[in-house]
Amino acid sequence: MRHLMNPLDFSVEELDSLFDLAEDMMKDPAKYADVCHGKKLATCFYEPSTRTRLSFEAAMMNLGGNVLGFSSADSSSAAKGESVSDTIRVISCYADICAMRHPKEGAPMVAAGKSLIPVINAGDGGHQHPTQTLTDLLTIRSLKGRLGSFTIGLCGDLKFGRTVHSLIEALCRYKDINFIFISPEELRVPDYVTEMLKSRNISFKEVISLEEVMPELDLLYMTRVQRERFFNEEDYIRLKDFYILTKEKMELAKEDMLVLHPLPRVNEISVEIDSDPRAAYFKQANYGVYVRMALIYTLLELGKKEA
Amino acid sequence: MLNVGKIEEGFVLDHIKAGQSLSIYHHLQLDTKDCTVAMIMNARSKKMGKKDILKVECDINELNMDVLAVIDHNITVNVIKDGVIVAKKELTLPKEIHRVFKCKNPRCITSIEQELPHIFYLADEEKCIYRCRYCEEKFDMHSLERVKIM
Repeated sequence: MRHLMNPLDFSVEELDSLFDLAEDMMKDPAKYADVCHGKKLATCFYEPSTRTRLSFEAAMMNLGGNVLGFSSADSSSAAKGESVSDTIRVISCYADICAMRHPKEGAPMVAAGKSLIPVINAGDGGHQHPTQTLTDLLTIRSLKGRLGSFTIGLCGDLKFGRTVHSLIEALCRYKDINFIFISPEELRVPDYVTEMLKSRNISFKEVISLEEVMPELDLLYMTRVQRERFFNEEDYIRLKDFYILTKEKMELAKEDMLVLHPLPRVNEISVEIDSDPRAAYFKQANYGVYVRMALIYTLLELGKKEA
Repeated sequence: MLNVGKIEEGFVLDHIKAGQSLSIYHHLQLDTKDCTVAMIMNARSKKMGKKDILKVECDINELNMDVLAVIDHNITVNVIKDGVIVAKKELTLPKEIHRVFKCKNPRCITSIEQELPHIFYLADEEKCIYRCRYCEEKFDMHSLERVKIM
């Protein structure tokens, strides 16, 4: 039995198989419409989430399975003081697989240690959000046709954004990736990330101006400046609109550049970009469902049973 | 110059960074042991300028070498028998350290989950960086807190 805690838990080869499966599911959804008949996914969400929880639920339903769970700690036994270890032991009796989001970092790992069913980390505090990274990788692979040999610009809050850190780590395993980190001084990518890139001889540069690097990019990964990460409202207000992707800026970009965003967006991408064929963030949300379908299918070892 | 006498049986921890001996005393839980301890602070050292020394009169096997290595693996451990040094122990960084130090990250699951063992793993041997097994927060040497022994 396997769990998914970190995007690096799967080797590059295993990810390739997972993405092949997700693409096959996209091409022929009917083939997989009933593979999870009689199976249940427990969505244990100790903090609110819209996209991730609904994406998991849609994924299980697309596979013909059922869903049960809770969407906040208040409506779970955690409100009565039950530990994560005890909760997962009980959930193991009710469901076949579990997706867990928890505000405390490492909670899904604790659950995985006691669980009798596969556990998927659906986000643990500011730590990991592996299914977002898998979504990002599948989107890039499907729309660019490759994972590697490109220049990616990561823009916005590179300091606190967990999706950015996980994506950088995951992309480092592919060849010829050139990173450009675009952020205000205060929200630069942490030192441990740049140290890791230097130690592995991976090309990167840090800039403040988005316009300046726009023509170089094959991919632009925009992020939101998150209010909840700031202790000081003034700093948040000063930085929240530091980058706004507009039509004028998009004119500087390559014709086949793609704009990605983990969503939700606030002001950082102007709505006028939504109709630009290079805007891939809503497609990305769609890929998120397929990668979760492939993940559920893989962790439930359904392919093995058929073989 | 202040003189502290020899010990007959036990161990001497030498080359401790000046000011760190009291913290080591606590982390090795020497206060719970039935033995005499001499703490020499700010002693002159050719190598370090200033250093601390701990002399402990008890069996070397009572010393948790892993704890000591995590705190500072450059400390010299001299084993004393009949008043003379009979061995020098090398400190090697343990791959993992269980139930000794507490993760100080308030967002870590260890801050709320009952009886969860606090575990740190060696993330970077060259830079001696340990990270929490659960939240991967870097182990902060300046705010060490020991897990209470139940």
